Amino acid sequence: MFKRIGFKLILVVGVTAVIIIAIFSFYNVRSHSNALLAEVERHANQLGETVKHSTRYDMLLNQRDRVHTIINTIGEQPGIQNVRVLNKVGEIIYSSHEKDIGKMVDKKAESCYACHTANEPLERLQIKERTRIFKPYSDSARVLGIITPIYNEPSCWEADCHAHEQSQTVLGVLDVTISLSDVDEQIRQGEIDTVIFAFSAVAVFSLLLWFVVKKWVDRPVKDLLNATHEVGTGNLNYSIKEKSDDEFGLLAKSFNNMTQKLSEARIQLFQSDKMASLGRLAAGVAHEINNPLTGVLTYSSFLLKKTQDNPDVNEDLKVIVRETKRSREIVKSLLDFARQSIPKKNQVNINEVIEKAITVVENQLTINHVQLKKNFGVDLPQVTLDSNQMQQVFINLLVNASDAIEKKEGLINISTSLIKLSPYGITHIKKATCPKRHDLMDNEIKIDGMPSIKLKVSSNPADVPGGKAGGTAEYTGFINLDPVYGRNHHVIPSSLEKLDINSKDLKVVCPVCEISLIDSAKKCPDCSAPVYSLEVPSQGNIEGCLSKNCDWQKWDAIDAGGQKDYLEIKISDTGCGIPRENLSKIFEPFYSTKGQKGTGLGLSVIWGIIDNHNGTIKVDSELNKGTTFTIHLPAG
Amino acid sequence: MLSETKSRLSADKAGSAGKKDWDILVVDDEQVVIDAVVKICSSENFTVDSAIDAKEALQKFAKNNYKLIVCDIMMPGIDGFGFLDELHKRKISSQVIMTTGYSTVENAVKSLYAGAIDFIPKPFTSDELINSVVRGMKYLEIQNLLRTYNREGSEIIYVPCPSKYFRLGYSSWVAEENSGSVLIGATDLFIKTIESISDLELFKVDDETIQGNSCAFIKDKDERMHPLLSPVSGRIIEVNEELKKNKSLIEKDPYFEGWFYRLIPSDSEYELKNLINCSSDRL
Repeated sequence: MFKRIGFKLILVVGVTAVIIIAIFSFYNVRSHSNALLAEVERHANQLGETVKHSTRYDMLLNQRDRVHTIINTIGEQPGIQNVRVLNKVGEIIYSSHEKDIGKMVDKKAESCYACHTANEPLERLQIKERTRIFKPYSDSARVLGIITPIYNEPSCWEADCHAHEQSQTVLGVLDVTISLSDVDEQIRQGEIDTVIFAFSAVAVFSLLLWFVVKKWVDRPVKDLLNATHEVGTGNLNYSIKEKSDDEFGLLAKSFNNMTQKLSEARIQLFQSDKMASLGRLAAGVAHEINNPLTGVLTYSSFLLKKTQDNPDVNEDLKVIVRETKRSREIVKSLLDFARQSIPKKNQVNINEVIEKAITVVENQLTINHVQLKKNFGVDLPQVTLDSNQMQQVFINLLVNASDAIEKKEGLINISTSLIKLSPYGITHIKKATCPKRHDLMDNEIKIDGMPSIKLKVSSNPADVPGGKAGGTAEYTGFINLDPVYGRNHHVIPSSLEKLDINSKDLKVVCPVCEISLIDSAKKCPDCSAPVYSLEVPSQGNIEGCLSKNCDWQKWDAIDAGGQKDYLEIKISDTGCGIPRENLSKIFEPFYSTKGQKGTGLGLSVIWGIIDNHNGTIKVDSELNKGTTFTIHLPAG
Repeated sequence: MLSETKSRLSADKAGSAGKKDWDILVVDDEQVVIDAVVKICSSENFTVDSAIDAKEALQKFAKNNYKLIVCDIMMPGIDGFGFLDELHKRKISSQVIMTTGYSTVENAVKSLYAGAIDFIPKPFTSDELINSVVRGMKYLEIQNLLRTYNREGSEIIYVPCPSKYFRLGYSSWVAEENSGSVLIGATDLFIKTIESISDLELFKVDDETIQGNSCAFIKDKDERMHPLLSPVSGRIIEVNEELKKNKSLIEKDPYFEGWFYRLIPSDSEYELKNLINCSSDRL
C-alpha cells in the first residue's frame, strides 16, 4: 500500500499542506495574542494615567482619605487586581489592598525592576518598558502590571503641605496590575480554534486529494494494470473503457489500439503457424505413408502383370492399382497444398470427374442408405483443371454430405450446369487509387491471401453540436476493404464498430493525402448509406456502400465486360445442416465437427484447390434441413 | 562425368577378382520396399541383393560387385546423398537409382546433380521400377562400350550434349533462347537407353512443367513407358509438332530438330544452378 502512487502523492501533498497550515496557524495565534496583549497594555496604561490624573488634585490638597477612596473604588473594578502608589523609597503609601499599605517594596521587585535595572532611577520610560507580565504565584493566572511614574511639578513643591522638594524628579510610582486570565482564556480559545481549523483543513484537503487521486489517477492506473495483466495472460480481446480524455484516456486508447494490433498480428501468426505446421505434417505424412504405399503399389502392379490371363482377379487388381495411384496423387497434392504449388491441369469434362468420384464413394452411400440423384448438364464445355484434385474435392464433399445425413435415409443431389455470371463477387481488384493516384492497396492486411484496400475513416465530434471544440477525433482508424468485387469480407477494427456511418461528420479519406473518397452525390441504392468511390487505373471507378452489413458495389468497366461462362456444380444434401455461426469457419484448416473421425483438413484443402483453379466455393445451410455447396469454375 | 565414370569402371575391374557379381543392390530402411524390389527385379531375371542401411550396403562391397544400386534417400545414419559421396570416395563404379518417399523436386534434382542416374518417387509401380532398372542396365552397357571404344572406324556411341546447353542428370536438356524462352528435350544418351521408340506422350500448350517431374512419356518397342524429367519449371508455349509426325527425329537429331517443348521458365536462374553445364562434358 505504501508503494502505491496515490499514497505517495497524498503523502507528499499532505505533509506540505500540514507544514504550511502549521506555520500559518503559529503566526496567526502569535499575532492574535500580541494584539490582545497590546490592547490590554494600552488599556492598563490609560487606567494608570486616569488614576494619576484623578488623584492629582486630592494629592495636592494632601487629602489622603479621598485618594484612598478613589484607589479602592478603581481597585474593586473586575479584572483590576491591584492599584498602588509607591513613594520614592519603595514604601506603599496607597493600595487597593489595605493591608499592603506601609510595606516596603524591594527595588528588585517586579514593579521596580524596569526603572532600577541599573540601580539608577530612570526618568522617562517607554510604555513597553513600564509593562511587565508575571505570575504572582506559580499556580495563579498571569498578571499584567504597568507603572506610571508621578513626576515632580511646580504645584507639588509649592503646595501647602511642603511634602516634596523641588530637586526631586520622580515623586513616586503608580502601579496598576490587571489580571490576564480573561485574555489568556481568549488566546487559548484562539489557539484551539486555529488548531481545529488547521486539522480540519488538512483533513478536508487530504480527503479531497484522496478522492481526486482515486478517481483520476488510481482507478485509471488500476484499470491499465488490470488490462496489462489480462493481456499478459493472453486475453488479447480485453479492452479498457476509455472514460476520460486526459493522458490516461489517451493511454487507454493507445493501449486498446496496441492490443488490437497485437491480437490481429497473433491471428495472422497463428494462421501462418497453422499453415507451417500443416506443411510439416504433410511432409511427414507423405514420407511415412509413401513407404507402405510403395509396398501396396509394387505388389499390386506386379500381380496385375502376372494375372493377365485371369480376368476376374485382374479387374480387381486394376482397381487396387488405380486407387493406390490416386492415393499417391493425394499425398502429392497434400505436399503441393503445403507448398501452395500449381495444379496439374488438363482438359476434362467435369461430369466425368464427378462420375469417377461417385464410383469411389458409391459403396459408402449405399451402406448409409443415401440416395444419390444426378442432374448433369449436357454439352458442357471441356474445362482445364487438375482432375485428380477436383475428384478429391467431389469425394470430400460427397463424404461430408453422406456424414451429414448420418444413418437416416437421405438424398444427395448433385447437378452441373453452364451458367453465365456477372463478374460480381468474382473479379479480383488488383489495384485501386485515390483521385490523386495514391496507391490504396495494403500488403500488410490480406483478405483471403489478397492485398486489401486501405481507407482512413474518421468521425470528428468537433463538428457535432455539444462536442468538444478542437478535440481529437473520437473514431479514427483504418478499414480494409475486400479486394474481391462484390464480396464483403472487409476488415473493420473493433474500435470502429460503433462508428455511425450515417453521421454527417463521417470522413473516409486516402491514408496518404487525406482526400475525401466519399461520393456525396450518391447514396447506396440498397440501404442509402454513404458511398465511397475509388479509381482503378485504366478500368474506371469502383463504387461501394460504406455500411459493413451491405455488400453493394458497382464497377461499370467490369460490368460492361458482360457475363462470363462458368460451370456451376451444386452438391446438396438433406442432412443435419451447419449452424449459422459455424458457416464462416468451415473452410478454415483444422475446423472439424467430426471429432476424432476427421482431421479438419478436408474443406480447407477443397477451398485451396478451388481457389487454385480461380473458382469460388460457397455454402448455404439450414439447420436440420440440409446444406448446399455451390462451386463456380471458369469455363473457357 | 563421363571421364569420372571411366575411372570408376577401371578401378572396379582391377579389384573385382574373386567377388560375387550381382545385378542390383537395394538399400532401404523399409523391409516391405526391399521385398517388393527383390521380388519384382527377380521376376525379370535380375540378381538382387539387399541392405537395410547405407553402412551395411558399403560393407557388402568388400565381397560383392553390383551393377546398379536402388537406394532410398531418407535413411537412418548415412542418407542417400551421403551414400553417393561414400561410393564416390571408394571409387565404386556402381550406378545409383534414387528413390524417396519424400519426393520433393529438390530431392529429385539434387540426387541427379549428385551423380545418381535416375530418380523414382515413391510409391512406384513395378513397371516404373523395372523401366528405370532396364534403362540403368542399358546405361551401363553404353558406358562399357565407351571403354572399348576406339576412335577409328567404330560408329559413334552417342552424341554428347552441345556446349551452352544444360542437362538434368543424363536425361533431359535445356537451351536458352534469345527471346527469354527455353527449349527442352531429351539427351541422346537417354534416348539410347530406350531402345526403339514406338510412341510419344506429350503435354499440351499452356501446361505447366515442374523441374524434376515428368514432362513427357516415351514408349519403347516393349511398351515400356519412360518418363522424361523436365529440366526446368515453366509454362509450355509451343509443342514440337514435327516430333509428333516423325518420332525418329528424337533419335536422329535430339539436340536441335528433336526438341520437345518451347517454354517460358518460371525461375530459370535459380533452377539452372541445379543443372549440369554441358560445356564441361567435352573436357
